[in-house]
Amino acid sequence: MPPSETRPRLTVAVTGLNATDSPGPGVAVIRALRETTDFDLRIIGLSYEALEPGIYLRELVDKTYQLPYPAAGTAALLARLAHIREREEVAVLIPNFDAELFNFIKLEPELRALGIHTFLPTLAQLDARDKLNLAAFGAAHGFGTPASRPMHSAFELPAAAETLGWPLVLKGRYYDAAVVHSLAQAEQAFARLSGLWGVPLIAQAFVAGQEINIAGLGDGHGRCLSAVPMRKLTITDRGKAWAGITLEDEALLALARRFAEATRWRGGFELELIRTASGELVILEINPRFPAWIYLTAAAGQNQPAALLRLALGLPVPMMEGYAVGKMFVRYAWDLITDHTEFQQVAALGEL
Amino acid sequence: MKLKPNIATSEAGFIFNPATGDSFAANPLAADILARAKTGLDAAAIKADILARYDVAPGQLEKDWDDLLAQLRDFNLLDQ
Repeated sequence: MPPSETRPRLTVAVTGLNATDSPGPGVAVIRALRETTDFDLRIIGLSYEALEPGIYLRELVDKTYQLPYPAAGTAALLARLAHIREREEVAVLIPNFDAELFNFIKLEPELRALGIHTFLPTLAQLDARDKLNLAAFGAAHGFGTPASRPMHSAFELPAAAETLGWPLVLKGRYYDAAVVHSLAQAEQAFARLSGLWGVPLIAQAFVAGQEINIAGLGDGHGRCLSAVPMRKLTITDRGKAWAGITLEDEALLALARRFAEATRWRGGFELELIRTASGELVILEINPRFPAWIYLTAAAGQNQPAALLRLALGLPVPMMEGYAVGKMFVRYAWDLITDHTEFQQVAALGEL
Repeated sequence: MKLKPNIATSEAGFIFNPATGDSFAANPLAADILARAKTGLDAAAIKADILARYDVAPGQLEKDWDDLLAQLRDFNLLDQ
């Protein structure tokens, strides 16, 4: 890597610092960005809560500012970002939460006016791959997806089970899911998920098979610049990957390319798939952002966050070919030590 | 017996399927058989070599051979 003083300085803001047991992708995105040879980076963390671990990872995050929750709307978000922009020369902003993307996409022109570049899907792209629209999306583009239906009330559960069969997968609009095997379990899960995430929930037919994820980067013109498939080797009780391994399978890469081409996807994405016993690839979810395991793409030779940084700045990014197959990640828990004064500064002043 | 071309094997008996991420540990004899199969030796030649080197009855070898093939097929390691 060229010495930092020979590289241009660039300030990048990143959300998703909640590197917890159900992690946001921000810390992994920052770790990958730190390996870019293009720029000497100053990283601004953008957090929602004072105990997001990334805030205190000072070797990765130079400075953190808190943001208003997405429910506060675009005006509050823009005001906060304008305030931050007065203090930091943020040139690129990389949002990493599903729930915040709508606001950031809506604000793209205003952010650009502030000198802040993003590289995000369009609102139409965001909507098309929404869990509520996934089956229609699959049908329109010829992708295998599970049968599903929206659920506004627990009273709809028997009908959903009748149509989709047991077991049933109940999913929150943005996060969380439960596999249920009986009406009693379904009612309990419905109460928990709707209490946490609101309605509608999504009821999805359960598909048995091997779970595979693909992290990809679309250039917005139909080209998939990078795709790295990964199989989860260890899964937490919340279904999150705790260890994983990169795979070599042309069918998976072809699927990612077909997705980027069909949608003209702009930005990072993650396809969550099941490969059935007969080899069919079924898309369970399409996440409109990088996954929490995104650092594995950099470790395997395709640094997707660094490439997205270039795309946001309008710099050319060649198609990335080849990656290390069998490259593994094993996540771990680490007790990060900080001081109450730092916590108080975040909690009271909204920055650190 | 023909292993899929992308299956990686090591002298220590470690088998890795890069298409699925599965890995397996073979005992020394199975590792030896797989290594020979990867060099292109056919089943008859490998079996003849085993009969020459080990004190095993031909009938027992056939049975164990079939068991090994069934396992390799089950693990999705063989070219169909």
